[in-house]
Amino acid sequence: MKEAYFLYAITGLALLISLIINRRKTLRALEIAVKRFAGILPHFLIMLILVSITLFLLPDVFITRYLASDNKFIAVLFASLLGSITLMPGFIAFPLAGILLTKGVPYMVLSAFTTTLMMVGVLTYPIERAYLGAKLTIIRNTISFFIALIVAVMTGIFFSEIF
Amino acid sequence: MKRKNVIKIVGVSGYIVFLIVSFILGFNPGKEIGYNFASFSMDMLKILPSAFVLIGLFEVWIKRETVEKHLGEKAGIIGYIWAVLLAGTTVGGIYVAFPVAYSLYSKGAKLSVILTYISASAICRIPMALFEASFLGIKFTAIRLLVSLPLVIIASMLLGDYLAKRNYKVMAGK
Repeated sequence: MKEAYFLYAITGLALLISLIINRRKTLRALEIAVKRFAGILPHFLIMLILVSITLFLLPDVFITRYLASDNKFIAVLFASLLGSITLMPGFIAFPLAGILLTKGVPYMVLSAFTTTLMMVGVLTYPIERAYLGAKLTIIRNTISFFIALIVAVMTGIFFSEIF
Repeated sequence: MKRKNVIKIVGVSGYIVFLIVSFILGFNPGKEIGYNFASFSMDMLKILPSAFVLIGLFEVWIKRETVEKHLGEKAGIIGYIWAVLLAGTTVGGIYVAFPVAYSLYSKGAKLSVILTYISASAICRIPMALFEASFLGIKFTAIRLLVSLPLVIIASMLLGDYLAKRNYKVMAGK
């Protein structure tokens, strides 16, 4: 998590500069930060509960088995559904995809899985709805799902896995 | 609304009791769910406080005119480019993008630019793309970005314009 340390450095520096220039404004910024964070926290709690249960029900072994299916198109479909309903940090998802690649899983299946993992968030619904509302959340995720399928098909074409 | 809250409170309490009982009795599935919860909570707690402090600083220091000029109605295509660049440097994940998007929106950014930012932060964060390329190859990552990004921008433009006509608002996340 080098990303996190980078973020701390930037935040610390910004906070320090802000504090030097204007103390009152900085305190107001912190007040906004706490208020907004506290507001969304209950939604995060619900999301984390859903994530913890879903990951138990769909472990890596399960995902591996379905992505390695013989029929490419069924595998793409499974991959995109699994990618949509699970949530995985990149440092787990990409090494897993790398292993699957060496096991002979086609690029287009991996693409369907990683792209839906990134773009479609069934489990992040409680958070997204709090900001965008139910309607826009559903529309955005549906569109993202189809974009991910298009990406998978294009990946298949460019790696000569289809046509 | 009240009944919904009651259901949520009962659900969360039930979950907590289930975890405690699982750990006392050594019920493995319950313990595994507990570990999952802890590891994901830690991941997000590493990022979220900093992200919200930066959002707070943004709120007090950045002028509305600045956001309007670069990400608003008048910004045109430049707004989308800014949205993608900003998304590329967003740390964490899409869950960080939502509160940032709300801040930008409340300072005058256009809805379709915000939607581009949210989706782009899911697909083109630079550290993530580099990590992906190291496992799946540059060609794989390049195809994914070159295909998805234009589609995301086009979809956001259409959806944003459609919703703006219907006075759609991004909310504060409560």
